Amino acid sequence: MTTVEDSVRTMPARAMPARTSVLERVLRAREISIVLALALLVLVTAIGHPSFVHSQSIRDILLGAAILGVLAVGQTIVVITRNIDLSVGSVLGLSAFAAGTLLMNHPGMPIIVAVLVGIAVGAGCGLVNGLLVRFGDVPALVVTLGTLYAYRGVAYLWAGGSQINADELPDGFLKFGTATVLGVPYLVLIAVAVLVVAGVVLRSYPAGRQLYALGSSPDGARLAGIPVGRRTLAAFLASGTLAGLAGVLFAARFGTVDAAAGNGYELNVVAAVVVGGVAIFGGSGSVWGAALGALLLTTIGSALPVLGVDQFWQQAIVGALILLAIGIDRLIAARVAAALKKRGSHVR
Amino acid sequence: MPAEQAPLLAVRDVSKSFGAVAAVRDVSFPLYAGEAHALVGENGAGKSTIVKMLAGVHRPDTGTIEMDGAPLALSSPADARAAGIAVIYQEPTLFPDLSVAENIAMAKPPRGRFHAIDRARMVRDATALFERLGVDIDPARPARGLSIADQQLVEIAKALSADARVLVMDEPTAALSTVEVERLFTVARSLRDRGAAVLFISHRFEEITALCQRVTVMRDGRHVSTDPLAGLTVDDLVRRMVGRDLSTLYPRRSTTPGDVVLEVDGLRRDGVFRDVSFQVRAGEIVALAGLVGSGRSEVAQAVFGVDPRDAGTVRVHGRQLRAGSPRAAMAAGLALVPEDRRLQGLVMDASIARNVTLPRSGALARLGLLFGGAERRAAAEWTARLQTKYGRLADAVSTLSGGNQQKVILAKWLATLPRVLMVDEPTRGIDVGTKAEVHRLISGLAEDGVAVLMVSSELPEVLGLADRVLVMREGRLVAELDRADATEESVMFAAVGQRKREAATTGATSAAGEQPAEKGVEVAL
Repeated sequence: MTTVEDSVRTMPARAMPARTSVLERVLRAREISIVLALALLVLVTAIGHPSFVHSQSIRDILLGAAILGVLAVGQTIVVITRNIDLSVGSVLGLSAFAAGTLLMNHPGMPIIVAVLVGIAVGAGCGLVNGLLVRFGDVPALVVTLGTLYAYRGVAYLWAGGSQINADELPDGFLKFGTATVLGVPYLVLIAVAVLVVAGVVLRSYPAGRQLYALGSSPDGARLAGIPVGRRTLAAFLASGTLAGLAGVLFAARFGTVDAAAGNGYELNVVAAVVVGGVAIFGGSGSVWGAALGALLLTTIGSALPVLGVDQFWQQAIVGALILLAIGIDRLIAARVAAALKKRGSHVR
Repeated sequence: MPAEQAPLLAVRDVSKSFGAVAAVRDVSFPLYAGEAHALVGENGAGKSTIVKMLAGVHRPDTGTIEMDGAPLALSSPADARAAGIAVIYQEPTLFPDLSVAENIAMAKPPRGRFHAIDRARMVRDATALFERLGVDIDPARPARGLSIADQQLVEIAKALSADARVLVMDEPTAALSTVEVERLFTVARSLRDRGAAVLFISHRFEEITALCQRVTVMRDGRHVSTDPLAGLTVDDLVRRMVGRDLSTLYPRRSTTPGDVVLEVDGLRRDGVFRDVSFQVRAGEIVALAGLVGSGRSEVAQAVFGVDPRDAGTVRVHGRQLRAGSPRAAMAAGLALVPEDRRLQGLVMDASIARNVTLPRSGALARLGLLFGGAERRAAAEWTARLQTKYGRLADAVSTLSGGNQQKVILAKWLATLPRVLMVDEPTRGIDVGTKAEVHRLISGLAEDGVAVLMVSSELPEVLGLADRVLVMREGRLVAELDRADATEESVMFAAVGQRKREAATTGATSAAGEQPAEKGVEVAL
């Protein structure tokens, strides 16, 4: 047995190559390319129409991106686990209507209560999604497609044809939608705070890493002793909660809420997430990328009308962007796979 | 060496059933610290069930698993890990998107400021582990793209980081080259010498003797023996693995083989099998035996055209068959009853009638449309012939028992009136009574002049039914045994690559002529 021990000791360990993993470099490249695309878009638009970089329109873009970004953070958490939450648009509508109704009926109520109620409504919806996915053993796509209609139905049932208008809401709440700190709107600060917290948890805390693990290999996660059911449930709960928060932000920003609020948002959110480099099959991607995706899509939505591009082309361009993002993903994946295979770890 | 020390881990009177099938019955054996223990047995002997119970994936129905004399409640993989049991599976279970360091630290990552994961330390720890193991894997790279061997080393690093006291390796070497196996063993030995107990499952005797001190043999879910390896020969082990009374359930047939129907010549699929040549005559049953993973099913699938082939020809009645086309194979009179009923054999949610007539839906259609009447008539005829028990033909196949599902698959292919029937594990997971029916059916078909190629892991079935037995090992045909020469031992010896001093050679003479004698030295890959 001496030879064995000797060989263990004498097998030389090669100097480790570059610290950053291939994976991280690719992800960073994705974030950089979105920033570049964004800069290019703003530049081109601003050259033709200088008013585009006026502070008011930038504020509009940021407010839009803040709401979409909060949704995108929630969606990312779910998509990382190899699931999807299509109900976020309906949850947003329901929560916006709940918060609005509460404030309309009790104008004296502290705003924070309304915010918390909106968030709670979202959390409840997310919990239902999570329970159905976990215990119903039904794919998330189907479950949340169902709840997309169900939650919207609840909103219609509740609102009837009625609409909450800005003049029915307390001033404090509307101010909350427009107030700024050092020129930055509250809503944007809230979105950034959400982004940072989610980003740090996903990156640096075991619970976050376990979400990546179970999206990367559900069977492996089970064998590794990760509480797969609980983590999946938590992901949907987070997504619902953030959709609830987005609903309150929506109500504060627009002041006008009816049962159709947030209709169709789910597709924008999924688009933002995919463009932001979150793998739809789970296991990789970051909230930073998703938030940048949301910002890019919102900017496109504002820039194209300024450039005189008609509505139809706007949608086609967003579509093309998604296909481009997916195409780049496949290309990079193939390249990386080849590179990793070549980096055979045992050169002796 | 452990003389009379108390076992580190003891499996005590453990039983586990899945439905009506008892996978493990009253098995007990001890694992000692500082010792590698081999667990051997035929396919389906219950080894993997034992592994899954140690891993906390399955819970024993009765009996206990004890560590340091106290019973362990392993109700989840997390429990097993907490108890210090690490399991390495044949197929590693890493997270491809995460870095190697993260994979190792997943269960218990090092924490730094604000209780966040300390990535730098995580990478340092992984580097240190790899240095200890004497292997060289970049901890920062993603696990995706690592070779199986490297993935297994990462799994071992995982076990090390958890300070595992019991290391279970379930056929870890199946996909490794000799060099890789040696490196894995070096690591396993150093773990063992540091006081861990190693449970090693393998079909390769030379590996067992290279690593282990003690061996437990299992057969049909039962414990046969636990002994020091030192006093045992390979012959002893093989006899214990297969030594059951050969069941007399098998119908004897008068065999008068006709013309050659199926001719396979020089068939090769890179990395899976090579140089596979054989013939099957009309009215003959040829069994393709060998261990799981030796390439048997893959040969059948390549002949049928489901899988591609890289070289070689397949002739049916002298006419060459196009590669990669199950349609052409069916047209030539071939049928393949696959191994995995749920995945490959049946459309589980479709009706019995639809399933039975699926391969012939073209022939049964009129003007391109399928009418229920023709389907039902054809299905009723064939299910009746096979004595399939079902409620209504319109019921979903998923409502049937395993045995009856198998009959539906057989009915489906027999209805195409095949001249060559290939069956892969025809009786896996079905009860004894139905088994006998399926056996009678297969021999009946052979009597009617069908050429039958049967892939089976069940030796009694192989020996009871087949006129000739082809044995595969590691992707090659290594022996061809006539009915007279085929015994449990001769087949098993050929399958594991060991030769009994003289008996097996006489058995293998007829066919293994072109195979050189030094089979045992053959290096995989």
